[in-house]
Amino acid sequence: MGLDFSVIPKYLDVVMMGAVWTVAITVAAALLSFFGGIVFAVIALYAPKFVRLPFRAFEWLFMGTPLLLQLFLIYFGLVQIGIDLPAFVAGVIGLGLHFAVYNSELIQTAILAVDKGQMEAARTLGLSRGQALKKVVVPQAVRDVIPPIGNNMIALLKDSALVSVIGVSELTLSAQLAIGRTYRPFEFYVLAAVFYYIINLGMEAVLRRIERKVQAAR
Amino acid sequence: MTDQKPFVDIRHAKKSYGTLEVLKDISLQVHRGEIVAIIGPSGSGKSTLLRAINDLDPLSGGEIWLEDTQVNMDLPHRQYEKHINEVRQNIGMVFQHFNLFPHLTVRENITLAPKLLKGINDAEANKLAEEQLAKVGMLERIDYYPSQLSGGQKQRVAIARALAMKPKVMLFDEATSALDPELVEEVNQVMKALAEEHMTMIIVTHEMGFAESVCDRVLFMDQGVVVEEGPPSVIFRNPQNERTRNFLRKHLADANK
Repeated sequence: MGLDFSVIPKYLDVVMMGAVWTVAITVAAALLSFFGGIVFAVIALYAPKFVRLPFRAFEWLFMGTPLLLQLFLIYFGLVQIGIDLPAFVAGVIGLGLHFAVYNSELIQTAILAVDKGQMEAARTLGLSRGQALKKVVVPQAVRDVIPPIGNNMIALLKDSALVSVIGVSELTLSAQLAIGRTYRPFEFYVLAAVFYYIINLGMEAVLRRIERKVQAAR
Repeated sequence: MTDQKPFVDIRHAKKSYGTLEVLKDISLQVHRGEIVAIIGPSGSGKSTLLRAINDLDPLSGGEIWLEDTQVNMDLPHRQYEKHINEVRQNIGMVFQHFNLFPHLTVRENITLAPKLLKGINDAEANKLAEEQLAKVGMLERIDYYPSQLSGGQKQRVAIARALAMKPKVMLFDEATSALDPELVEEVNQVMKALAEEHMTMIIVTHEMGFAESVCDRVLFMDQGVVVEEGPPSVIFRNPQNERTRNFLRKHLADANK
């Protein structure tokens, strides 16, 4: 049985719908991981000890265990304590928090690298520490780590395939559905790969635009 | 003027890092409208003293007063933060390395604090920024980012940013030390203009010529003490203390190298 790409058009809409879900889950999780990363970084650096220590445990959970297990825990595990999340929401939370922890590491390092004079100048004008962090230090730190955060977001896109295991019919699962009907794994996995590649190009274009935008303010 | 209550009153300021005493019981009274220069070798404690005035470097002992308010009041942490944030609005500070906010435009650098702390709206904030920038001759750069400015321009913007809070006193911490020689003059001009408006100023500087021409009084500090103080004509032309003489001689020799 050779390759036969002529089966693709019939299931193209299925796979395309999957691609749309992949974009949706990636964008939602990326936003959560970005803003979550900022909040986590500030907590890790500035929160009082009784917040910081439990937070470390939470961080370890997300950095030290497989994302797959985290998704299972959020989707199947939380039901037992009465939190019954739709698969899409569970997927966004799992992916988003997982990458938020990685983004937080980057942002923490960047916050510590912002020149001490910035905080001093802000405090001298009468800003509180919180105001100075929010308006002066954190924006600069985030700006400095846009490129590595972008790399994390590309990794997030690829890891979004994992949410197929909790039943979100994103790109990978949609390809599998088409394969189930046609028995044509090569053709549809290649098609899925092409879609991933296109989404990837789109993300890189967006990231480049953001980088260019912040470049002026240096 | 001198019979009035002092405007800035430093009483027995002491500061040590471990066993190293940086400030050894320094007292200094500055009156409203007075311009005081602090000179001395590096490590003499002059910047530490300046930074103690707005509590950037808290003292280990002694009191700082601004008019009728004690700056370094003994309060529980939360209350103290509230207190110091209010006090600092009255004390403008200019740094050696400008410390402009690089992610904000010149306009935003100036309007950030007034908008946050004085609750003024965008139109008022813009007017304030334009006024202050016109004062330092930087109005045409209002929408530039700091990275697009020269060192002298950055420092002029930094001065405008401090002035936008309408401070009662301005502190200058080696404001021209990081500048290329040809850019020093434009910053000095701005400071002279402020002096003519009778802004109260305390200036830590290495520029003896500027200190002599602008200041009412000069303090020479060395090893954490005020060795000698007096009008610039005395300190620069006829210093009484041997250490002052040595410092000025060495400084002059370095400057002429």
